[in-house]
Amino acid sequence: MREKILTFIEKNSRIDLKELAIVLGVEESAVINELEQMEAEHIICGYHTIIDWDKVGQDKVMAMIEVRVTPQRGMGFDKVAERIYNYPEVNAVYLISGGFDFMVILEGKTLREVAQFVSDKLSPLDSVLSTKTNFILKKYKDHGTVIASKTKDERIQMIP
Amino acid sequence: MRNPLNKTIVTIEPSGIRKFFDIVSEMKDAISLGVGEPDFDTPWHIRDEGIYSLEKGRTHYTSNAGLKELKAEIAKFLSRRYGLSYDYNKEMFVTVGGSEAIDIAMRAMLDPGDEVLIPQPSYVSYLPCAVLANGTPVVIELKEENQFRLTAEELEAAITPKTKLLVLPFPNNPTGAVMEKEDLERIAELVIRHDLFVLSDEIYSELTYLERHVSIASLPGMRERTLVINGFSKSHAMTGWRLGYVCGPEAIITQMLKIHQYAIMCAPTMAQYAAVAAMRDGDEDVAGMREEYNGRRRYLMHRFREMGLQCFEPFGAFYVFPCIKEFGMSSEEFAETLLASQKLAVVPGTAFGECGEGFIRISYAYSLESLKTAMDRLEAFVEERRKG
Ligand SMILES: Cc1ncc(COP(=O)(O)O)c(C=O)c1O
Repeated sequence: MREKILTFIEKNSRIDLKELAIVLGVEESAVINELEQMEAEHIICGYHTIIDWDKVGQDKVMAMIEVRVTPQRGMGFDKVAERIYNYPEVNAVYLISGGFDFMVILEGKTLREVAQFVSDKLSPLDSVLSTKTNFILKKYKDHGTVIASKTKDERIQMIP
Repeated sequence: MRNPLNKTIVTIEPSGIRKFFDIVSEMKDAISLGVGEPDFDTPWHIRDEGIYSLEKGRTHYTSNAGLKELKAEIAKFLSRRYGLSYDYNKEMFVTVGGSEAIDIAMRAMLDPGDEVLIPQPSYVSYLPCAVLANGTPVVIELKEENQFRLTAEELEAAITPKTKLLVLPFPNNPTGAVMEKEDLERIAELVIRHDLFVLSDEIYSELTYLERHVSIASLPGMRERTLVINGFSKSHAMTGWRLGYVCGPEAIITQMLKIHQYAIMCAPTMAQYAAVAAMRDGDEDVAGMREEYNGRRRYLMHRFREMGLQCFEPFGAFYVFPCIKEFGMSSEEFAETLLASQKLAVVPGTAFGECGEGFIRISYAYSLESLKTAMDRLEAFVEERRKG
């Protein structure tokens, strides 16, 4: 049942729990139990909202920063990552295989703000060897959701 | 001027839902639950193959029976899903939807006077196709108390010395009924005893919610007297590609293929290439859609229980078939009034045969969100009616 709940709420975390129980064909209390347990076990780590900030007219800049680091004695990648992810400006940090070590996703109000964070906070960290900043120009799809406006139902409305 | 028309065609009724279609398409904010095709778009990797085939210039005819590669994949699919085994060179060909297969099966098998048993409520094309093939359709009225399954008693009562073909439309449109193995065994026994043939329309075979679909052709002694019709429209959300297939005994397939060859040439080439991907890598897509449909089905059944609307629980296709007899209206009146007062369109059961009277077909090929709004409207309507 866990997997079924997760598959469902990964796409729609706002579904009414009573409805979710009906759709899955189980008791509502069972769904609530599982959810609470999965939250406690940190299987469910949060509930977020996918927003097209462009439509709100609010300035938002996102960048993906490729970071190369030297893991320091006694502190592997995890420690370095922690130094980075503790900044609230940092939206996500991934350890990456390939030409660099971390992919850091940053969010700021202006290009300048993001660039400044990289030069003032990220680059000076002891273990950081180099950074490469890629600004995001347009978001097409996020968390499996296409950002462009919904297509409407174009089916013929009555079919036998 | 002489009458330009064939005597038979003018006797055939146009589809009963045309009227509703005209009203719904004019009406603003109407919600229609009248669509008999998936709401999902064709999975992207399948579409991608279609696009790729166009890019590669595969814009020519295929052989009459269809791409060998596709037929081989269909044979594997039928074997892995239903334990059916067909020689794809002699016992199968690719058609323009299940629709074409239904038509040419009747044309290849019927002589004037041959009776075709058609259980109803069922899909709208069997009866006209039988008539156009000079057959005599004989309707078997399925009952809600049997969960709209075909029983051996009903079948036996309809068999005459002239009976040649039984249409077996399960999982069923519009009722959502399925036939389980034991149900089919009882039918098979009679079919063999009376030396009949079966046209088994299994287009919804991938959409069952209780157990995996059983094909009557997989029962002992039935392979040689069954045509299995299936396709990609419902299972892989590929209605617009116009692709299906038929499998059966070589003697029938060979003759059907002649009609196909002269009347159609071949099924759409681009669609055939796309369908190869559907058969090869599509099982997971289908499983995902099945899971979604099943959730919606449970949701609708729950809402019906809450509003006290009687409905047998269907385990196939994407339709529910609630009973509306308590409201003292015909199905058509009910559908018309519902549309006028709540802007909610459903299909009257009578569109699928007279015995659909007293029922409406509701499709759940819609998002849960739309179904919710639609059920709120239905509930409001039902309550208002009960008040009188
Ligand atoms: C029971 C049944 N059979 C056959 C068809 C025809 O499907 P297609 O020609 O798209 O394969 C339909 C379509 O609604 C159907 O409901």
